[in-house]
Amino acid sequence: MNIVVCIKQVPDTTEIRLNPETGTMIREGVPSIMNPDDKSGLEAALQLKYKYGAHITVITMGPAQADKVLREAYAMGVDRAILLTDRKFAGADTLATSNALAGALRMLDFDLIITGRQAIDGDTAQVGPQIAEHLDLPQVSYVEGLQYDGQKLFTIKKSTEEGYQIVEVEAPCLITILSSANSPRYMSVNGIVNAYKREVEIWRFENINIDEHKLGLKGSPTRVFKSFTKGAKIAGQLYEVEAVEAADIIIEKLKEKFIING
Amino acid sequence: MDKSQYKNIYVFVEQREGVIQNVALELLNKACELADKLNEEVYAVLLGYNIKDKAPLLIAHGAGTVLCVDSSELEQYNTEPYTQAITQILNDRKPSVVLIGATTIGRDLGPRLSARMRTGLTADCTGLDISRESALLMTRPAFGGNLMATIICKEHRPQISTVRPGVMLKGKEDPSRKGAVENVTINFDKSKFKVRILKTVKEEKNLIDITKARILVSGGRGVGSSEGFKMLDKFAKTIGAEVSSSRAMVDAGVITYDRQVGQTGKTVRPDVYFALGISGAIQHLAGMEESDYIIAINKDKYAPIFQVADLGIVGNVNQIIPLLIEKLKKGK
Amino acid sequence: MDFSLTKEQELFLQMIREFAEKEVKPIAAEIDEEERFPMETVEKMAKLGLMGIPIPVEYGGAGANSQLYSIAVEELSRVCATTGIIVSAHTSLCAAPIYEFGTEEQKRKYLPKIASGQWLGAFGLTEPNAGTDAAGQQTTAVDMGDHWLLTGSKIFITNAAYANLYIIIAMTDRSLATKGISAFIVESTSPGFSVGKKEKKLGIRGSATCELIMENCIVPKENLLGQIGKGFGIAMKTLDGGRIGVASQALGIAQGAMDETVKYVKERKQFGRSIGQFQNTQFQLADMDTKIEAARWLVRLAAYKKDMKQPYSIDAARAKLFASETAMEMTVKAVQFHGGYGYTREYPVERMMRDAKITEIYEGTSEVQRMVISAGLLK
Repeated sequence: MNIVVCIKQVPDTTEIRLNPETGTMIREGVPSIMNPDDKSGLEAALQLKYKYGAHITVITMGPAQADKVLREAYAMGVDRAILLTDRKFAGADTLATSNALAGALRMLDFDLIITGRQAIDGDTAQVGPQIAEHLDLPQVSYVEGLQYDGQKLFTIKKSTEEGYQIVEVEAPCLITILSSANSPRYMSVNGIVNAYKREVEIWRFENINIDEHKLGLKGSPTRVFKSFTKGAKIAGQLYEVEAVEAADIIIEKLKEKFIING
Repeated sequence: MDKSQYKNIYVFVEQREGVIQNVALELLNKACELADKLNEEVYAVLLGYNIKDKAPLLIAHGAGTVLCVDSSELEQYNTEPYTQAITQILNDRKPSVVLIGATTIGRDLGPRLSARMRTGLTADCTGLDISRESALLMTRPAFGGNLMATIICKEHRPQISTVRPGVMLKGKEDPSRKGAVENVTINFDKSKFKVRILKTVKEEKNLIDITKARILVSGGRGVGSSEGFKMLDKFAKTIGAEVSSSRAMVDAGVITYDRQVGQTGKTVRPDVYFALGISGAIQHLAGMEESDYIIAINKDKYAPIFQVADLGIVGNVNQIIPLLIEKLKKGK
Repeated sequence: MDFSLTKEQELFLQMIREFAEKEVKPIAAEIDEEERFPMETVEKMAKLGLMGIPIPVEYGGAGANSQLYSIAVEELSRVCATTGIIVSAHTSLCAAPIYEFGTEEQKRKYLPKIASGQWLGAFGLTEPNAGTDAAGQQTTAVDMGDHWLLTGSKIFITNAAYANLYIIIAMTDRSLATKGISAFIVESTSPGFSVGKKEKKLGIRGSATCELIMENCIVPKENLLGQIGKGFGIAMKTLDGGRIGVASQALGIAQGAMDETVKYVKERKQFGRSIGQFQNTQFQLADMDTKIEAARWLVRLAAYKKDMKQPYSIDAARAKLFASETAMEMTVKAVQFHGGYGYTREYPVERMMRDAKITEIYEGTSEVQRMVISAGLLK
């Protein structure tokens, strides 16, 4: 079985702090990590590999520094790593990103494509299903667990708001997986020692057969019109009032915060 | 692309087992507001099986027209049949805006649809507005909520957006509203139906990972007993929150360790944190002061918790919370 | 001269920190409190190759080097000194001497089990009457023709109760003094071999420190490690390597105490401001940080020289001397900064202070390190 796992290098958003005076994001010193959902997807692939035998390719689209997450994937046990990088891919929204990744995936053999449900820097959950559409593959999103019959059939547990669904789909297919699906293994020491001795293939625009107008900024239907931070924390207010009034003040705040409808 | 051909706002009506989901009604209300600004119409796209009787509810919530696709293929949500049905409708009718609930269904459908239509999609919007050029302004959080970005989809139509449940406000149901119901027939390509749903299971999801909760109701010594925590439970349920606590209550055996906030417990950053009867010892503050909005209730005016609280109430938790629960229930 | 970490080292640091944070830190207080050996952690470390970091892949190790090994012990000890010493004693005092002094046959037989972490290793040199003066060995090994017969006891043996394999130092010819000392590889299942009482300790309470008893213990002929009469040298060289491990452990403890202190002084408020805003705090922190960084580079240098196959005995002694005394000083200061809270078990600094003390004692006391260093100066 050939498995391709799409991974992304993201800033560790839990480490991002706001400057209390200006309310702007402090980006310096924020570590870059493998996106948690993607890492869970990689673990799912590795489990299939050790149970049924599989060849695992990881692919990431990003700048040269994204090399690091591919090395990490090597240290976890994957067989092949591809860095999709080109200035022509820059500024892509989810659709343009999915076009580039789908172009690269068409050059590879796969029975199963795994992506994370969503990346913590964007939280869009779009690229996986969009790739599936470009490649005309069935998709199962929000995957919590999967079983394989060793032949062709995947039985998948898919998370929903109310519980879960069990669905069945045959290879080839694409799944988007949740970080709660499993606990990704750590890199092994020997894997780390060898990670930089192995080859990371650099694929550029020329390596994928996709029209330039579908890529990067040009290929992106959506644009950021403006961005802003929520602003610095203002000093709190203290009320010494009767219980009834206190309850009303709290309710007003909850409405403001969209916690309850008002 | 001739954008002038694209008109009207379409809302994907999410139903589960024939029950219209609140998010659809919230979106209809927002769609009405946007349609007013654009001087366009609101359409509800209702997909399901034996579902026609739900159309009046949608009209009462603002739909000018309900497009109803009634088919056994659409009884339960499944990516491909739903995508085919909606794609056909969008291609035939060319709306300018499509709004979808950002649920596990909407977030599965939205991107598939956008890729098939080759247009833009903006996920999890918290704000929608119309620009002077009549474009949809879609505002959403990024970088774990640290940054807000307003997105536009300039040259492609329709402009698709998903919106989380509870973000937009539901309008008042008005049964006197008039609207049309149109039945639509879809020519399905069943050869592409490859995902089979074997079973759908409902379970009470016990969200004990308090670090992932959006709202936390945290109790301390001031809440006192298991009885007090039952009250917090009730309050938490009314606003969709999880219950957590200070160390004192864990040590007292009132609540389990996995719900402890603080230096020796968990560090949390919810959107709203209620510190109820918690004085705010340093080890507790260390675990929660990064919360977006902190509401504290404590009898002691000088309790350190008030130094980090955005909203502080000097008072008795055991009086205020029952009142809150009562008022919230009435409000619903 | 390049002082930056290599990319492999950076990747390793990322892994070991995450491992320490998620797998080791959460149980550090518990294993201390209960004096429980964290076997589950050993199993997890074995899976990742952490029990044989500098041993080549062909012998079942991870094929890395002393520098990665040192970083591992440091990072583990930063959150739990017990876990640090388990790895250190196992690697430096058991795997390393077999790799460095063993025959090809011994390496093939024992290293894959040890370096993979399937077996745990330990080292027996210290005796009730032979501590710093290691030459005063009472344990004897008698050549019985087709096997060796070992008799005597060893004390304060790290990993003892859980180890499967021991490097045992014993007298083969008392008349030759240190030249009559030899080293042996002894399996825990050897007839006549047993583990005695477990020590109740001030610190590193999760590590199993016990007595080893050999009563007519039968050891196969081929389990002599190195040549006969070379045991003292083997023991001393083994301890040179071990000192890199203990120095790394001490460094980790010091850094851990520093981490806790920095966090605390930012949070703790007195007289209306955080104690980190007082100049006394700031100056002390600066001094602490400087000492820890100095210790770090002494440790790195010793590991580097070992990897480069340069003489490193004095470097290891300097690193151990300075890092262990730094650990003691930093942890005492950390407790002081924490005030009353620091004296309670609610915060980890009191544990770190108790753990730090042993680093000035085992694998050569600070006095021994000073002897080693000054001997180099005065020869």
